[in-house]
Amino acid sequence: MSLIQEDRLERAAIPALPGPSLAGVEDYLALLKPRVMSLVVVTALTGIVAAPHGIHPVLAAISLLCIAIGAGASGALNMWWDADIDAVMARTANRPVPSGRVTPGEALGFGATLSAGSVLMLGLTANWLAAGLLAFTIFFYVVIYTMWLKRWTPQNIVIGGLAGAMPPMVGWAAATGSVSLGSAVLVAIIFMWTPPHFWALALVKSDDYRRAGVPMLPCVAGPDETRRQILLYAIALAPLGVAPAFIGLGGPAYLAVSVVVGLVFVQRAWVVWRVREGEAARRAAMGLFGFSLLHLFALFFTLLAEKALGVAALPDLLGGWM
Amino acid sequence: MADDDERGVVLTEEQKRRRRSRSLAIALALAALVCLFYLVTIFKMGANVANRAL
Repeated sequence: MSLIQEDRLERAAIPALPGPSLAGVEDYLALLKPRVMSLVVVTALTGIVAAPHGIHPVLAAISLLCIAIGAGASGALNMWWDADIDAVMARTANRPVPSGRVTPGEALGFGATLSAGSVLMLGLTANWLAAGLLAFTIFFYVVIYTMWLKRWTPQNIVIGGLAGAMPPMVGWAAATGSVSLGSAVLVAIIFMWTPPHFWALALVKSDDYRRAGVPMLPCVAGPDETRRQILLYAIALAPLGVAPAFIGLGGPAYLAVSVVVGLVFVQRAWVVWRVREGEAARRAAMGLFGFSLLHLFALFFTLLAEKALGVAALPDLLGGWM
Repeated sequence: MADDDERGVVLTEEQKRRRRSRSLAIALALAALVCLFYLVTIFKMGANVANRAL
């Protein structure tokens, strides 16, 4: 008996390895959470464009690509870690890892490679402050939020929301090599927006979260307390959304849009707080969830449009009045 | 059975198709990386690319 045959006999005793991968390119793209990525692209681009001094457009585009891929990589690492709870939630059961199309090891390797690559590439393209902030964002999302907070506290998405709020600051740092009040205000808007956005969804999907053992606020403190907190966050978000108009980032169009969408957000949160039973309550919560996406895109698109059209910021227009 | 052992893992047509698409995506990603490094070099260094000690 040759050595090769002996090796084959020994191998038969080893538990079978997973079969050949069935993952397609579309499964790897799904690991990047493209819808979350689109939000990151818009907010990071706003940070780059709103920054006081610019960066070459080609370098800006590559920096934006790095930030988007970094965000996608953290999504892949999130799906690797959370495959067990994704499998028992209807909303996430068909994701590539719980459905078995991508193995956990493949998701981990993909996410880790893209994380390291995006951070290094951003450092080489823009500067190492931006790269450091991107690395911090990935670390915060994967380790602090996914591995620690998500299964431990109902404040998971409040604190963890910082990771999703960081892209404008990373973009700003890529353009300027520094951070400032303007970028912090953009981060604060997304940070304050995140809890009512996710809690509106959690009100409707609380059974899913309960089954998965994720301590979302409606499961732990109940739907009434969740509705109260949604309203409080919406009230705090409204003036924060207007703030860029008064610190030299937004112009008159931004002021008008931010006032309108801020008030509508509060009105919808008020409806969620008031209507607590039956199909109407479900519709109110999903209505707020849908509007919250529109709200954030409206704010950041308006800032982008004003910059693209060369509209002066409100303090410049009002001169000595402010 | 012995024939299967000799041939090792035999991929189905679907598995072959997916492996081909993954390989193509990796090739495109590598080509894109080459372009990115080229662009970053040119746009970061500009005319200094040609300025080196002989």
